[in-house]
Amino acid sequence: MNAVLSTILKRLGLGIATLFVVSAIIFSSISMLPGDFSEAVLGQAATKETVTAFRKELGLDKPAPVRYFEWVGSVLQGDFGTSFSGRNASGQDRSRQVVDLVMPRLWNTLFLAGVTALIAVPLALFLGLTAALYRNTAYDRVVNAATLTTISTPEFFVAYILILFFASLWPVFPSLANIDASTALGERLYRVALPALTLTLVIVAHMMRMTRAAIINLLASPYIEMARLKGASRSEIILKHALPNAWAPIATVIAFNLAYLVVGVVVVEVVFVYPGIGQLMVDAVTSRDIPVVQACALIFAATYILLNLTADIIGIVTNPRLLHPR
Amino acid sequence: MTDNHEPNHDILLKMRDIRIDGFSDEQWHPIIKGVDLTLRRGEIMGLIGESGAGKSTLGKAAMGYTQPGCKLTGGSILFDGIDLAKASDREKRRLWGTRIAYVAQSAAASFNPAHRLIDQTVEAANRRGIRPDADSRTDAVELFRALQLPNPETIGSRYPHQVSGGQLQRVMTAMAMSPRPDLIIFDEPTTALDVTTQVEVLSAMRNIVEEFNTAAIYITHDLAVVAQMADFIKVLRYGEEVEQAPTRKMLTQPEEAYTKSLWSVRALEKPEVKGEDIVLSINHVDAAYGPVKVLHDVNISIPRGRTVAVVGESGSGKSTTARVITGLLPPSAGEVVFNGEPLPAALKDRSKDQLQKIQMIYQMADTAMNPRQTVEEIIGRPLEFYLGLTGKAREARVIKLLEMIELDDSFMDRLPSELSGGQKQRICIARALAANPEVIICDEVTSALDQIVQEGILQLLLRLQKQYNITYLFITHDIATVKAISDEIVVMLQGKVVEQGLKSEILAPPFPDYTELLLSSVPEMDPDWLTNLLADRNT
Repeated sequence: MNAVLSTILKRLGLGIATLFVVSAIIFSSISMLPGDFSEAVLGQAATKETVTAFRKELGLDKPAPVRYFEWVGSVLQGDFGTSFSGRNASGQDRSRQVVDLVMPRLWNTLFLAGVTALIAVPLALFLGLTAALYRNTAYDRVVNAATLTTISTPEFFVAYILILFFASLWPVFPSLANIDASTALGERLYRVALPALTLTLVIVAHMMRMTRAAIINLLASPYIEMARLKGASRSEIILKHALPNAWAPIATVIAFNLAYLVVGVVVVEVVFVYPGIGQLMVDAVTSRDIPVVQACALIFAATYILLNLTADIIGIVTNPRLLHPR
Repeated sequence: MTDNHEPNHDILLKMRDIRIDGFSDEQWHPIIKGVDLTLRRGEIMGLIGESGAGKSTLGKAAMGYTQPGCKLTGGSILFDGIDLAKASDREKRRLWGTRIAYVAQSAAASFNPAHRLIDQTVEAANRRGIRPDADSRTDAVELFRALQLPNPETIGSRYPHQVSGGQLQRVMTAMAMSPRPDLIIFDEPTTALDVTTQVEVLSAMRNIVEEFNTAAIYITHDLAVVAQMADFIKVLRYGEEVEQAPTRKMLTQPEEAYTKSLWSVRALEKPEVKGEDIVLSINHVDAAYGPVKVLHDVNISIPRGRTVAVVGESGSGKSTTARVITGLLPPSAGEVVFNGEPLPAALKDRSKDQLQKIQMIYQMADTAMNPRQTVEEIIGRPLEFYLGLTGKAREARVIKLLEMIELDDSFMDRLPSELSGGQKQRICIARALAANPEVIICDEVTSALDQIVQEGILQLLLRLQKQYNITYLFITHDIATVKAISDEIVVMLQGKVVEQGLKSEILAPPFPDYTELLLSSVPEMDPDWLTNLLADRNT
């Protein structure tokens, strides 16, 4: 057990180290972005002096390494800085803390991701297991063809089709998913129904096919033949003998798709006007709001690292060879 | 039961005119061509034959099971009055694991790695509710004890990877026995085990089958093993029955020529010749894989033109010794001296000439050849690399080499996948010969082959040795092979050399303890061998 714990701690340490590397990459690549926030805000007419003063106020005059370590230092204390937007040439400062901007959006994104995951993961596992159980039957082919179709269709198109059917022809769900902090839970669920359904259709195929493949891959093992010759039924073989050995690859692909739900859904957010973190980041990039872009990028990186770490841990605890060494 | 001695009442399994086809190369081929089999309650039948004879397929068919890619095309399988050839999957599942049990060849692969041994042991009995779960578990512990497993109370809570192969094979026997089946199919259960472990597993299996009066079909290619287990023996070849007879009769007076040829392999024995001119010697070698030390002060000297056999169980350091000689694993201490000169420790420091003089042949000919190269390319490569032969000269030499290994030039364009197991090993021998070596290291080169094919390979090696004065270092765990080919023997145990000497010295008493254990564990073609051996060891 201690060996497992130390492995997990080691992975966690590696994850944190990765996060530092990623932070450096984020910082340097944003520094390399063309254009400059002060020039963008002040306009081409601004004098050199105004620009310099403004840059100084934002701290952009300092050398990059200094700015990097200042940023990392304050992030470590939970301070993501102040957004650049909200300032203008007139000197008024209505800027907000990055945390205040990002957090509500992050919660919205996690809410949508959570609702989608609750539908998509069990559905994908169910379809994957039943497709493996009834492999090469009509059912298997229909499931495969259907999920392939949904994954091969661009997500905005899936979204518009769903809007056409469920918001326009049969208006059961709203086509806009605009929610704010005051929206009650029931209402929230109602409004995210279509975006959640869209995302489900997009991610289910990958997870389902991986589950099916992982199970079928194991069905050729001698211990599966042994289970058959001990009188196990098909469903017992799949659930009791194959599935416990297939968790590691399945967990990996689930983690990958959940990460996508957090970091990659900006198109769906735009279609449904959903106030998620993806839109926030795209807006921040357009307006060169560096602190917000950095915060978002860091959150995305952390999401990937955390979810992959979870998948690794699931892989470890479901493998008796690692959990119970000789 | 009444006093009715009408023999048919005892018949448990009656298979008639079994025909099974297998699918390969895009078409169906017959694998079993009309075999009959009758087994009474409590009887043990030995089913022997070479690989491809269809013995495993027939054994599984006795359960009404055909593996994917095979189909039953004819015949009836009456098990206690139920025709398994016609029964539905559901009906068969009710019998499998409860009234008919199966013990597979590789226990390590046949246990589910995700579940504890005890859970797998009681699984089949619990599924059909033969008795309450708690009783099944108590019973399993008793079976573990009867099978002489260490710590029978707690071994069940371990996972398959936590116990040794010999122990797993016994747990699998307990698993088969747990529901008290009428019939057990043993499918080569000891083939993957060392001789010393094999003895323990065999005696445990035999005792428990006798104790519960279970009928069994024992499938193996090892005659001496089947002689210990079976009441009668059926010999299969090419999916057809060759002959069947009670064990003693079969051993002493086999009728068919094929059966006699199976028996004769073990008679191959080369007279030893002493050699004085040492071509290769290993002096005080220690070697380690990372922190794990596997060789301790190993000393072996190999006379020119002779065969030195290195014997020992798996893990005794035989193959590691070969790796040290070839330079694949530089030793941590000691040296390898070749023709009076010390060889550089690492492969990359050796000259082409030094590399050329020591060649190697591996156990798995399959994996030792590039599957995408033709025989000509495989044999031609060392000709080009060491001797600089190209074009016509290379081709002529390849044909000559094929002749030397008793194959003709029609093999030139074949790929390894188009060769039989014995032919593949011959190609590997030709590849080693192509370099004109002085020493060839043979690492278990016959272990994966059938007995008759083995004999052919061994005779080829002996003939080549005579013609070209080649020296062999022959690594094996099979004592019959050692007797057949060696001049000198080195016995290894746990990374140390127990003894080295002429074959006649090593194989004659008095033996050191370990040599004694190793030699006495080799099954002999005597049905009483196991009984006598166990009696001997107990006193």
